[in-house]
Amino acid sequence: MATLILLPVLTPLATMLCTIFTVRHQRWQQWISLVGSGMLACVVLILLQQVLAKGPVLTALGGWPAPYAILFRVDVLSAVMLVLTALMACAALVYMASEVDPCPPHPLTHPLLHGALAGICGAFCTADLFNLYVWFEVILVCALGLLALGNLGGRMLQLDAVYKYFAPNLLGTLLLLIAVGLIYAATGYLQFDALHQAAPALPEALVTVLVATLLLALLIKSAAFPLYAWLPASYPALPVAVMALFAGLLTKVGTYAILRMAGDVFSPTPGILMEGLGWIAVITMVAGVLGAAYHWDVRRILSFHIISQIGYILLAIALGGLAPDSASAHNAYGAALFYTVHHIIVKANLFLLAGLVFACAGSFDLRRVGGLVATHPLLALLFAVPALSLVGVPPLSGFWAKLLVLQEALAQGRMLWAATVLSVSFLTLYSMLKIWQEAFWKAHPGAKSQKISCSLAPAWLTITVLSGITLLLGISPQQLLEVSVLAVRSLGGGP
Amino acid sequence: MMPALVCALWISLAASLYLVLSRDTLRCVIGLGLMGNAVNLLLLASGRLQYTQPAIVPPGESALTLAANPLPQALVLTAIVIGFALLCFSLVVVMAIAERSGKDDLLLLRYTEPKDTASVAPPFLEEEKETPWQP
Repeated sequence: MATLILLPVLTPLATMLCTIFTVRHQRWQQWISLVGSGMLACVVLILLQQVLAKGPVLTALGGWPAPYAILFRVDVLSAVMLVLTALMACAALVYMASEVDPCPPHPLTHPLLHGALAGICGAFCTADLFNLYVWFEVILVCALGLLALGNLGGRMLQLDAVYKYFAPNLLGTLLLLIAVGLIYAATGYLQFDALHQAAPALPEALVTVLVATLLLALLIKSAAFPLYAWLPASYPALPVAVMALFAGLLTKVGTYAILRMAGDVFSPTPGILMEGLGWIAVITMVAGVLGAAYHWDVRRILSFHIISQIGYILLAIALGGLAPDSASAHNAYGAALFYTVHHIIVKANLFLLAGLVFACAGSFDLRRVGGLVATHPLLALLFAVPALSLVGVPPLSGFWAKLLVLQEALAQGRMLWAATVLSVSFLTLYSMLKIWQEAFWKAHPGAKSQKISCSLAPAWLTITVLSGITLLLGISPQQLLEVSVLAVRSLGGGP
Repeated sequence: MMPALVCALWISLAASLYLVLSRDTLRCVIGLGLMGNAVNLLLLASGRLQYTQPAIVPPGESALTLAANPLPQALVLTAIVIGFALLCFSLVVVMAIAERSGKDDLLLLRYTEPKDTASVAPPFLEEEKETPWQP
């Protein structure tokens, strides 16, 4: 039992070691990396099955007694996030086997990628506040390494992207540490269960300040308004598969932590904080999609869309915190989890598709590509699925995700928030139509400079599988919805 | 002890925040380093600071009451190590930026931004045409 719960962290670490040892042998490294991500997938699926059958899995590191140990606790929410991590890892690593990027990946890309995966899995498994900070740091260090390596653009592009990533993120990290220190000073505990018991005993004003500091730090990590500009500045400097993995996972670790803190550890959270979170979410949605509407580089457009969709997830969490009774709180938190699942798959898929557009049409700039409907109709179809899902067109997963958030907003009487949800969907539609129009529909400008890469098959495979999952989730969302509601039922002091 | 510590924290957090918001990349990194130190001081302050006994449970008792709490000190050690690694990395990045591009002004770092082809004037300064801000 103890081994099983530690495996989601140990497997990527072991893969990182093995890929470091094979740094000079690219083929071996690729295969070890793929096998490692496959093993991670098996481990998390076994863990999910265990958690669904028998309830949360727990282990205290070092065997220490309850309120003082560093606990690893995987409940259904954590298990679902772990499954998504493993899925994204497999997708990104299979995609990396194709030659979409103009030059092969740097030998250190695989070790750093698995290091980041270890950090992400650790953040999902942990039940200790300081341990959460440590895993955020592991993710940050590996992400900085991957940004510094890159393989597209020149040295200066990578250095600029690294600088613009680490300055705000380090600020967020230090703010997180301030919050952890203050919470420890106020309560004397760091474990989630112990904090949940101890927080109601503190004065309301103190809890408000503590949780506000914590949420602010996590909002910086999740790229919420107003500290989100680092995301579109730094993500386009990454190779495509790594960018898709980051886009799908890193900000969601931040939103998972916000859901955990606001919905579980410090619930019932002070109403004023959830109100503030709701307004931040709404402004984030609008700011993200308006940023996307301006740009012409596909990667930058999609990066702004990440920000916009993070706003949706935060809105669902805020609605859960403001809910008048526990049934609607469960609906709202379940909507947040459903949206997270939908968004991770769709966003990573869109980034991988952008890479294929680069391989087939020759550029990431929308003004320099075109004619893909004629030359690659299958690509056009595979683009339509995640793009329409992002907008929220039935029968794709985004429709159900947005419907759940909208229903909850209307049930609580938040007319302005509901109107924003709908209008941001329209603006997302404008943005996706722009990509369709420029990259697929219009004729290719200039000479037909098609980059023919030989082995694109793994890329096509990955995109087809991810689009298939989106379609499946859209046609039968019931299972995921049930798992989401089951996952959030245990938050906030439930069983 | 605590009022002096709180004053020190305020001053260093304020100074580091001012430095982090600077246009100069090196000042930003120094601000982040200073903020790391300030935050470590805050973590340390959450243990009991007024005692000077070693953190050993006296024989016959089962709890440590008259000495400083060692747990925040362990947290500070972790935070120092992580902060140190990130500071080293960030100093190398700043040095590399300064060496390769010859500039350390954040507003001149436009390599990750898209090339402005629209009629809106770019926000960075063309050194030949515009004059820098006067402080």
